[in-house]
Amino acid sequence: MYVAAKGGEQAIANAHRLLAHARRGDRDVPGLTLAQIAGQLALAVDRVMAEGSLYDRDLAALAIKQSRGDLIEAIFLVRAYRTTLPRLGASEPVDTARMQIRRRISATYKDLPGGQLLGPTFDYTHRLLEPEIAENDAPEQPATQAPNRDPVPRVTDVLGYEGLIESSPEAESGRPVADLTREPLEFPADRDLRLQALARGDEGFLLALGYSTQRGYARSHPFVGEIRFGDVEVEVFAEELGFAVTIGRIGVTECQMVNQFKGSAKAPPQFTRGYGLVFGQSERKAMSMALVDRSLRWQELGEEQTAPAQDEEFVLSHSDNVRATGFVEHLKLPHYVDFQAELELVRRMRAEIAERADAEIDPENTGPKNTGSKNTGPAGPNREAAE
Amino acid sequence: MKPETMMDHTASDLPDTPSPNGGAPNGKAGDPTADPNAERRRAMRAMAMASRDMLETAWEALESPPAWTWLRKPECGLVMVRGRTGGDGSPFNLGEASVTRCAVTLDAGATGDGVAGGGVTGSGATGFAWIMGRDGEKARLAALFDALWQMPDRRDLVERTVIAPALAALAAADERLAEETTATKVDFFTLARGEDEEL
Repeated sequence: MYVAAKGGEQAIANAHRLLAHARRGDRDVPGLTLAQIAGQLALAVDRVMAEGSLYDRDLAALAIKQSRGDLIEAIFLVRAYRTTLPRLGASEPVDTARMQIRRRISATYKDLPGGQLLGPTFDYTHRLLEPEIAENDAPEQPATQAPNRDPVPRVTDVLGYEGLIESSPEAESGRPVADLTREPLEFPADRDLRLQALARGDEGFLLALGYSTQRGYARSHPFVGEIRFGDVEVEVFAEELGFAVTIGRIGVTECQMVNQFKGSAKAPPQFTRGYGLVFGQSERKAMSMALVDRSLRWQELGEEQTAPAQDEEFVLSHSDNVRATGFVEHLKLPHYVDFQAELELVRRMRAEIAERADAEIDPENTGPKNTGSKNTGPAGPNREAAE
Repeated sequence: MKPETMMDHTASDLPDTPSPNGGAPNGKAGDPTADPNAERRRAMRAMAMASRDMLETAWEALESPPAWTWLRKPECGLVMVRGRTGGDGSPFNLGEASVTRCAVTLDAGATGDGVAGGGVTGSGATGFAWIMGRDGEKARLAALFDALWQMPDRRDLVERTVIAPALAALAAADERLAEETTATKVDFFTLARGEDEEL
């Protein structure tokens, strides 16, 4: 029950003033610029864009600065901002096969068309802190090598040739694309709705769920068929023009997870797929998304449901960190009236038990009930203290 | 890859150099996949990818910029960006991106860049812009150049001063990125185990 509380205006204003002061930190130290955040904390910006579900580097950088680096708070700010803007349309689906590639690896084929391109990765680093970054942050210029112009097909397209891997679900013409920003989440959820929810879902939550499938909770025998990160063009059909125009480019990470499948009455044994696609550079998120996408397909593939990562209602209802933090954190807001009501209830119940115990104590001192009644003994003085 | 995804991108399939027949809004003659709007899409793509500074510089360099009016002032909104399940399957909503759109009309019969009556007689050309981000000024400049591009006697100028440099800058940046990325190309090899050698 929500009951309006009044008062505290001055305290709230001063708290926000103090927050702004704390956010700024030591005023003798130069303030961060948004360009610094966007350029040097790029992966934080990527995460805020992905989970804020709004691709806008400058806005995400501002949100990170305003939130003092609290990324869930920053995501919250971005989500709130997006509600102030009108929806002008939907893009043509981005084509990841035509990505300007910054990184592309496969764990299933060592020699694949287009090659393994490591790009800017933490993989193979020693995870040793580098104090020199604090002192003199001037790394070498990157090495260069003349690129060849070979096409870089998606690995799943290569495997698909042999019929060894399931093909992607065909688009049904005329079927609207599910959009959870327009209609509330409903179950059962189709795969498009699930993918949208996972794409904006909390990285940590999806990481834990994906991890659980690896550890045996809905075993899915995954291989990373391919991870690619790079830029894709966004095209929008402009009604006033009557044709689609390129509005710009976005960075995305795509993960094609390839999973074992024993086959069923309907389908011969072949590899099945889980798919991850995320704004920005985030392999952890794209991989987790692909694992959970696959585990949520248990019904379609005739598998047994045994684990949380297969329960779409559980997964999709709890993957959104703005909703989650809202409900968890609302607990700290005034609940005085609620709590008073609960307090009264507990007092009444305790008083009733005490009365019954008093009545029973006279005939005979028996049974464990009386142990309880003894414990209610101090209720009297405590009650006074509580008030 | 599905055929429609190929078709969707005919404009960006074009080479990153302006077509010599800049005057013709039609696609390359004889191309079976010719999109009647391919040339304009190519130009609008170039302007979307251009920096605002570049567009500003090109606008300021016009000898006498045309008079114009707003058809629609810059409006910032959202586009829902879609992906495809598995990369090539049915679409789903990935997340939104900020976008700014606007439209301008060149004044009919406006004094045009030193050209007497320069193609602006009759109805003024209308230019549109759809640009990712929230930069209304960049959208305004892109829409103005889109309008100028549609005027047969101005197209060549726009191609030379805006489209070609924008595409060249984009190609150079892409090339640089490709070079840096290619330097990280790795050839993994699996090691033969000892017992295999005895075979």
